[in-house]
Amino acid sequence: MIPAPHIEIEGLTVHYGAKPALRGVSFTVQRNEILAIIGPAQSGKTTLLRCLNRTLDHERHARVTGVIKVDNEDIRRTNNVYDLRRRIGMVAPLPVGLPLTIYDNVAFAPRMAGITDRAELEQRVERCLRQAALWDEVKDRLHTLGTKLSGGQQQRLTIARALSHDPEILCLDEFSIAIDPVTTMRIEDVLKELRARMTILLVTNLVQQARRLADRTAFLFNGELVELDATEKIFSETPRDRRTYDYTHGVFG
Amino acid sequence: MTKRGHREIIVEWLIESVIRLCGISAILFVFGIFFFVFREGGAVLFKDFKFGEFFFSTAWYPSSPSHVRYGTLALLAGTFSVTVLAMVIAIPFGIGAAIFVSEFCGPKLKETLKIVIELLAAIPSVVWGFIGLTVLNPLIIRLFDAPIGLNVLNGGIILALMSVPIIVSIGEDALKAVPDSYREAGLALGATRWQLIYRVLLPAAKNGLLAAGLLGVARAVGETMAVLMATGHAINIPTSLLDPVRTLTATIAAELGEAPVHSDHYRVLFVIGILLFLITTVVNLTADLIVRGVRKK
Ligand SMILES: Nc1ncnc2c1ncn2[C@@H]1O[C@H](COP(=O)(O)OP(=O)(O)OP(=O)(O)O)[C@@H](O)[C@H]1O
Ligand SMILES: [Mg+2]
Repeated sequence: MIPAPHIEIEGLTVHYGAKPALRGVSFTVQRNEILAIIGPAQSGKTTLLRCLNRTLDHERHARVTGVIKVDNEDIRRTNNVYDLRRRIGMVAPLPVGLPLTIYDNVAFAPRMAGITDRAELEQRVERCLRQAALWDEVKDRLHTLGTKLSGGQQQRLTIARALSHDPEILCLDEFSIAIDPVTTMRIEDVLKELRARMTILLVTNLVQQARRLADRTAFLFNGELVELDATEKIFSETPRDRRTYDYTHGVFG
Repeated sequence: MTKRGHREIIVEWLIESVIRLCGISAILFVFGIFFFVFREGGAVLFKDFKFGEFFFSTAWYPSSPSHVRYGTLALLAGTFSVTVLAMVIAIPFGIGAAIFVSEFCGPKLKETLKIVIELLAAIPSVVWGFIGLTVLNPLIIRLFDAPIGLNVLNGGIILALMSVPIIVSIGEDALKAVPDSYREAGLALGATRWQLIYRVLLPAAKNGLLAAGLLGVARAVGETMAVLMATGHAINIPTSLLDPVRTLTATIAAELGEAPVHSDHYRVLFVIGILLFLITTVVNLTADLIVRGVRKK
């Protein structure tokens, strides 16, 4: 028997004004799976993630139709969107260090979730910073501004922050753009460990990264889900769709 | 070199010279004002000026024939009380309104509100004074059963109304300058609207918001006409909001015309000018230090 999917997306369509950004996308993600999402610029990858945590609600011109279920619950109808967002960790492509100290950045979500115990907060902050491979570099200056860190460090700070509320789904949107290869590998190792506890959606354009991490890979093109298959199959010489082959083999940009 | 190259160099040089001239003349004007004020004030300041009386006496009898007194304590108290009351009202209202305009209202309402705020900012101060005199005065008399409605309360409210538009528009600019990615990040972490404002937007915009508040203070300290009309113009250390007071600025405005030029009275009014100048300098310096301290952290 196939276990119930963790995330179920059915006929998801998004328009910004009159312009479509996603066209009837449907797929499911299993619990503890790592799903890579690839696709050229403007293909709707970020839009897809923003539908999932419903921050797209705040985009005035965006219109969304379709169904997204997490644990069989229709999240587009949920009455507690804050609770939903606390179940999802989101890492944006460019680091957004909130204008707070390193410590406060990571303690932000736990505090909002009502954790006030100092020891517990400190423990959590340390754990998340370690997971994001940042602890050793910042442990002596936890109370300086997060925005003073280097680009790559800030990106790892946002990863630590996304882990800080123990999400059951972790979304990473091209997280390694600003990070050097060695640190990227360290974080990838962490992701492999984390998958035991969470489902991971990984937007990436690094073929090797998708290959190293993802069980399955989805190829988005122009707002359309061209195909979703085992990662090896997508990157092989014989994916089901011609466009996938063209993209993964660099036939078009 | 080509002909075109020559022309570009000349045009460049011309533009630069004009800009430099503007800059230098601005500085010269400021120094000119300093010089003028300090020359008049200095003439009494360095001639056995009674500093003790000036700062600590409430007796302001500038044109008494027998015993002339130049004590500004009551005037200082007047300026201080009206300004503090105005800020207590205007800063929360102004920042609150800035948050509303920037974060809560739709684009249409936002445009309308911004126009209204600009209109409010453009109302001349005499008109505000007139409103204090004809609207607030009877209202305060009726509500508080006071003998007269021209007092600290009236002046404070009028000054608050005058400062709010400045605070709102600068505060709104400060909030608008907070990148949307901060909002997105805060929301993605599960922040409610209030948590987002309180924990992300206010810290991110705090320098701008502080500047908004301090410009409001500066406006209130320097305002003359409206407080002259609304505060009752009585030299008095206020013990309640319903006491009439007189401010430093109102004193200069009211007496400079009748004081004989170069008389001691005339010159002491300039010393008051210097005092006002010092107060605003201190406010600005404090602002600067706070902002810098905030940055360093
Ligand atoms: N806030 C917005 N307002 C209007 N249009 C938007 C907005 N965000 C995205 N779009 C449009 O939606 C389409 C999909 O954008 P999206 O950011 O989801 O693509 P992406 O696959 O993440 O691209 P990239 O690889 O460049 O990050 C694009 O055509 C984009 O211009
Ligand atoms: Mg994107």
